[in-house]
Amino acid sequence: MLKNLCQKMFGRSLWVYHANSGGCNGCDIEVLNVLTPYYDVERFGIKLVGSPRHADVMLCQGPALRATARALRTAYEAMPAPKLVFAIGGCACGGGIWHDTYAVLGPVEKVIPVNFYIPGCPPRPEAIIYGVAVAVGLVDKKVAPVEFKELEMPIPRYHPSDLRGKDEMVVYEKMDKI
Amino acid sequence: MSMTSKLKEALVGLKAGCVTLDYPAHPRPVAENFRGRPIFDASKCIGCAGCANNCPAREILVLDVYQEIRILKYLGRRCTYCGRCADICPEKAITMSHEYETATGNIGDLQQRLDLFMSTCQRCGRCFKDISPLEQLKLKGYRFDDLSNERWIFRSRAYLESEPVVDDIKIELD
Repeated sequence: MLKNLCQKMFGRSLWVYHANSGGCNGCDIEVLNVLTPYYDVERFGIKLVGSPRHADVMLCQGPALRATARALRTAYEAMPAPKLVFAIGGCACGGGIWHDTYAVLGPVEKVIPVNFYIPGCPPRPEAIIYGVAVAVGLVDKKVAPVEFKELEMPIPRYHPSDLRGKDEMVVYEKMDKI
Repeated sequence: MSMTSKLKEALVGLKAGCVTLDYPAHPRPVAENFRGRPIFDASKCIGCAGCANNCPAREILVLDVYQEIRILKYLGRRCTYCGRCADICPEKAITMSHEYETATGNIGDLQQRLDLFMSTCQRCGRCFKDISPLEQLKLKGYRFDDLSNERWIFRSRAYLESEPVVDDIKIELD
């Protein structure tokens, strides 16, 4: 009974482990900012712990570097089973500005599976709180992919019925005659 | 001594009151010059790909599918919100919005994709953008050229001489 009560009470309290795999410390400062009394994220039950064995959530900052990818993987495997990974910042989400240099493997999701993305460089503390609230289920996410398509060609020179293929691999049949 | 100092501390704490933000319940406005997620306006974009060439994170991709359609894709994953795309855009089609609540479970939610129509040159068959920004700057608004005197007038308040010019088109710079 006590176990059930504890699960009910602490079911949504996430203990976070803070892993930086080679970022610039900008996102670290924002994450520590979130834990201060002004943004006080402990009212959601979130607590910073020092070991991945105690943690439910891993906050990843910085891209996966060639030197730190294995350590990141080890830290991820050390976490107990129901685990979440948050990628915080542009580096962890997409590899950052230096995504194609020799030392950078790419985004964190190349090494470990990522559940939630918080883009920004660095994200505002409010954005991090918003990401946590999306994960806990307090609010809904706001972004959606935007797509704009030309439905009709302004000049009917090449007729769309002459096109073959789908999406990005479109071939125009009468290309030789132009 | 320690007791009195603790009492003083408690008084200070009581005077300050509650400082914690009630953030997800109440929205938090940002500063006026805050740069958030860039928003692409497809109706203004001329497809010059200046944003793609100037993006430091190389995350605006351009693909010429065939002769007249160019796809411009903004990934949104490694964007640093530096605003260089908005600075370089000649048509002001990119605006840095105040949107920062972009946390999502699927990274594809941040994409913006525009399918743009490019004009074709009738002589060489290549794509070109319609009018260059400099030309458009010159051609803004209505033109009141003097057809009878064959004068090209930049502004309508230019003074016109009565005798016609016969040899060539001369440019009046007001």
